Amino acid sequence: MCLGVPARVISIEGDLASVMIGEITYQANVALLEEVVPGDYIILHAGFGIEKVDPAEAEETMRLIRTMDQQEPDNEDGIVPT
Amino acid sequence: MFQHNNLRNRTAIRQLAAEIRTISRKPVRLMEVCGGHTMAIHRFGLTALLPEWVELVSGPGCPVCVSGQRYLDGCIWLSRLPGVIIATYGDLIRVPASFSSLEKERSRGGDIRIVYSVTEALSLARENPGKSIVFLGIGFETTAPASAFAIREAMRQNLANFFLFSAHKVMPPALRALVDEELRIDGFIAPGHVSSITGTGIYRFLPEEYGKGVVVSGFEPMDMMLSVLGLVKMFESGPPAVENQYKRVVKNEGNRKALDLLDEVFEPSDDLWRGLGMIPLSGLQLQSTFQQHDARIHFKVPEMESTEPKGCICGEILKGLKRPAECPLFRNVCTPDNPVGACMVSGEGSCAIAYKYTRH
Repeated sequence: MCLGVPARVISIEGDLASVMIGEITYQANVALLEEVVPGDYIILHAGFGIEKVDPAEAEETMRLIRTMDQQEPDNEDGIVPT
Repeated sequence: MFQHNNLRNRTAIRQLAAEIRTISRKPVRLMEVCGGHTMAIHRFGLTALLPEWVELVSGPGCPVCVSGQRYLDGCIWLSRLPGVIIATYGDLIRVPASFSSLEKERSRGGDIRIVYSVTEALSLARENPGKSIVFLGIGFETTAPASAFAIREAMRQNLANFFLFSAHKVMPPALRALVDEELRIDGFIAPGHVSSITGTGIYRFLPEEYGKGVVVSGFEPMDMMLSVLGLVKMFESGPPAVENQYKRVVKNEGNRKALDLLDEVFEPSDDLWRGLGMIPLSGLQLQSTFQQHDARIHFKVPEMESTEPKGCICGEILKGLKRPAECPLFRNVCTPDNPVGACMVSGEGSCAIAYKYTRH
């Protein structure tokens, strides 16, 4: 129930945004969010954007992973550059 | 930009597991209270990476599972009223109530529609002016703002035929009930998306009054391992605190707009939780200003004598007292195809997850 999926905002009209999860486009209600602009990532839950994903904080988590990943050479998954 | 796949990096996860093993000395029991976390732990096999003395248990984090039988019986009762269309999230449809399920009622001719969002229920109300649309509002702070939005819209658009049957619940009183019951829990992995609405302050009483650590966690394996590490560190060397691991989504102050909407539309009420019983001020009911949209009031839903499914230990599982495999019904009688209790129905229920991800 509390599952939320990150979605990229494509366009906005009033409270409604067109968002993409992977290659699929969905409609999202963004009335619960402040200042959403195309390009933002939002967490989509039951048709509503419940929060924006903070790119700086996301990058901080990524940086932590990169640091750990470099300590071991046998990385099977590889890191997708961000 | 940000790619979630990166949060599944095996090397980094193994490193975190090694760090947890190094730091953890004493047996520790950590509870997650979100079905999404339960799912992540099983799906990614995280328990296998942890030392056996670091135990993860699931709490009352699945809204479908914690909704009491009386609420479910009310849903069935409403679905049998002439002229009523029930609009519900799909999770609820197969949950066995005392004497039926919404799925059975639908096969008997009840008009029960699965919606992905409450806004679809609003559309149903606009398209069916001669019918009453009852939206079954389940879910925690994550989901309740959407219902609040729908109520405000129903008022604005004059949709007198839109009703909410609310079983919305809030998390802190349930957490307090769990620690008050003296269930042995040493720390909490707090629900990320509930917290995106509420902020992190709602958990402060856990370290301050009970000495329990809390980490607000995301849902990827990296998030979960970082949260376990944070809790183990607190447990070993203190002090207990509320940490926010899911900063990319959760702001400490929460989502002000959603919180204001909740305050405007709902008020706290005593509510019945499966397993935990009646918890004061743990539910959300519509304020009197909006009572014309309150299904409970409009249809005068009776308080029914409800019965729990015989032999089902869902209540004990929701408190972390027992694991699904300890239930005699699990996998023999109770399966996702033929669920006896709520925990086997929802995709976020502990029993359904255990069924799906453990070998049998």
